[in-house]
Amino acid sequence: MHHSIEVEHLSFSYPDSHPALEDVSLRIAPGEKVALVGPNGAGKSTLILHLNGILTGQGQVTVCGLEVVEKNFSRVRAAVGLVFQNPDDQLFSPTVYEDVAFGPLYQGLPPDEVERRVTSALAAVRMSDYARRVSHHLSNGEKKRIAIATVLSMRPEVLVLDEPTAGLDPRARRTLIHLLRDLPLTMLVSTHDMALVRELFPRVVIMDEGRIVADGLTDELLADAALLEAHGLEKP
Amino acid sequence: MYSPIQPMHIPDGFLSTLVSIVFWAISAGAVAYALRRVGKDLGERQVPLMGVLAAAIFAGQMLNFSVTGGTSGHLLGAALATILLGPWAAVIVLTSVVSIQAFLFQDGGLLALGANLFNMAVVGVTVSYFVHTSVQKLARGKSWGVFVGGFAAAWLSIVIASLACALELALSGTSPANIAVPAMGGIHMLIGLGEGLITVGALAFLYAARRDLLHLGKAAPKGGAAIWTFGLGIAALLAVLSPLASAHPDGLEWVAEQKGFLETARAPLYNLIPDYVFPGISNEALATIVAGIIGMLIVFGVALGVAYLRRNKKA
Amino acid sequence: MHVHFLDPYRPRTSPVHAADARLKFVLVVAFILTTSLTPVAAWPVYVLLFALVLSVEILSGLGVGFVLKRASLALPFVLAALPVIFTVEGKTLFSFPLGSWTLTASAEGLARFVSVALKSWLSVQAAILLASSTPFPKLLQAMRAVGIPRLLVAMFGLMWRYLFVLVDEALRLMRARAARSGQSGEAGHRPALSVAKGSGGSVAWRARVTGGMAGNLFLRAFERSDRIYMAMLARGYDGEVRALPLTPMNGAAWGILMAGLALFGLLLSFGVLFWG
Repeated sequence: MHHSIEVEHLSFSYPDSHPALEDVSLRIAPGEKVALVGPNGAGKSTLILHLNGILTGQGQVTVCGLEVVEKNFSRVRAAVGLVFQNPDDQLFSPTVYEDVAFGPLYQGLPPDEVERRVTSALAAVRMSDYARRVSHHLSNGEKKRIAIATVLSMRPEVLVLDEPTAGLDPRARRTLIHLLRDLPLTMLVSTHDMALVRELFPRVVIMDEGRIVADGLTDELLADAALLEAHGLEKP
Repeated sequence: MYSPIQPMHIPDGFLSTLVSIVFWAISAGAVAYALRRVGKDLGERQVPLMGVLAAAIFAGQMLNFSVTGGTSGHLLGAALATILLGPWAAVIVLTSVVSIQAFLFQDGGLLALGANLFNMAVVGVTVSYFVHTSVQKLARGKSWGVFVGGFAAAWLSIVIASLACALELALSGTSPANIAVPAMGGIHMLIGLGEGLITVGALAFLYAARRDLLHLGKAAPKGGAAIWTFGLGIAALLAVLSPLASAHPDGLEWVAEQKGFLETARAPLYNLIPDYVFPGISNEALATIVAGIIGMLIVFGVALGVAYLRRNKKA
Repeated sequence: MHVHFLDPYRPRTSPVHAADARLKFVLVVAFILTTSLTPVAAWPVYVLLFALVLSVEILSGLGVGFVLKRASLALPFVLAALPVIFTVEGKTLFSFPLGSWTLTASAEGLARFVSVALKSWLSVQAAILLASSTPFPKLLQAMRAVGIPRLLVAMFGLMWRYLFVLVDEALRLMRARAARSGQSGEAGHRPALSVAKGSGGSVAWRARVTGGMAGNLFLRAFERSDRIYMAMLARGYDGEVRALPLTPMNGAAWGILMAGLALFGLLLSFGVLFWG
């Protein structure tokens, strides 16, 4: 049985700045729900971008048994669904339907299968009536859920989300939490929302300055006030 | 409602069908060629990059500033797009902007779109490219080249595009060249100043924030020499034609006269029919009245039908 | 804040709204072509064409007033054709002195001017009908069906999608600038979008400020396009533009298309025969 995500000694620097990731190693088993926390600039988003090959650093990244190298990119990107922080960047098609259909379409699926995928993805995020809608008329919460649908339609094994609850009002946040709770996928979520971490994620990984500084059970780590404070985190 | 109709977007009805079709053909060819070249320059990211930048130009066109109490200047963006994206992508971006303006806001006609694209996306971009690269060469890489080149490119692209516009109107017989050319040219020499100033302002901002975006010192794109020459050719052609055309009031008719076409105009068919069927009313007037009656019947018929269906639905 | 004035689409229940976008697109272009080819002074044809477009306006439920009001915005351009009244030779209607010249209006010139105005007015009404009765995504599909390159259509789609987002950003930039310059509303064109005269500084300064905002807008657009590209990659984008195949147009639509084209052809032949 393979790990869903396997990162081995990953290091990466952006062209003009200091190292963004330094010797990061991480293993996530299928079905695990893991939260990634840390202050801004810790490297969380950078790490996430390595999981589907948008960025490539030194070291090895393997997802769902596939090495993340160019020849595997299309399979990797179908296996790991990445949901970005700003849904406006992720909803780039004229209609919701076309956005959710984009992934399956580029997987080379026939039109009737694409249709089935779109229907089930929208149902999974409880937005079945929104197919013909135009993205810019939607609220932030609605856009976030559609953004998740655009990735679910590819039937990924792993769902990676960057700041899913950022900018949501309490009701939209609650809806999103229910959604995430009910999805049976391996999940890695990068977030500042510590209450979300405690509620949904049994395991938490703390990053700071490009390194992983702690990796363990949420209950234990969140009880360690000194650890939290040392890395700019608030106790929920 | 969106912004008022801009002076360089020709609506439908003002260009003769022949002129419209000829310029559609030219623009279609230019755009098709640009599409091929852009793929090589930008590769995979061409769609998101050009799409979003087209939206930025569109949004930028809504920024305006008042020049004097009533009039306002605002941006066309051909020069800025050329400087930021290179000529091929700029052609595509401007094509998108002008096309969507025509389709969504009727800012420029659909049949006239070919000519409008020629003026703004083709002429505007090639003149911008030619002027900006020339000035930069003159400046030998010093920073003033960017800004002076930007201003000159912006101003000239507007003026020369407007000359093309005037000539198209004259060729169609809609506006005599000796009025259209100086009028369009004159107005746009003024509007062009606004374009120039905004362009320089934008360049200054980008020069400070992200100099790398300004394609500075980048090797000329393949075919750069060709565009450069083409741009020079266009500018020269229009500059020479315009005063020439101005001297001959009614462009097409002047040409027609020269070739003796006017002599061979056919007599309209209805003249074969006796002139007066009803005393005092010419055949033409009669036909118009009959058409009016038929038209009214059609319209009332439809209106009644729609009202009847609505009432039935409510019942 | 959502900028809705940018979207001309007005949803209604009407046969025009329900009609296939491809059908409407082709008919509108054919209509505009017909008015363009209709000879000068073929008044009966213009009247019938107007009756046609007026009927469709009524059928669409958009309201004749709505369409005519938007059509009138194109009117100012008509001034460009005004001189033609005086420069075309023909039967003199009236003349008056203007400075050292004498302007002579001819019947032919007037006929030409009115014809141009009519062609323009009719064409713009048809275009308004198309834009107001068809959601833009459907219009994009129509463009694809008609043969416009997929790359261009994809670009149009992206551009439209981000138009609202970027205009929102532009508005925010302008409001922020207005707040900093202690400005309180000005008369004239939309205040929220202008760097007003009263805000002090020369024209050059105001232009430069506007230019700075434009530059800012462009920079954000660049950065956003990077993020969009990453989002596209994450969903399998490989550089090729792909789209779902369109369902073929049904028989009724084809029938209406043929009938419409035949009608235009008939009117045009009538016009060319008698006034060509």
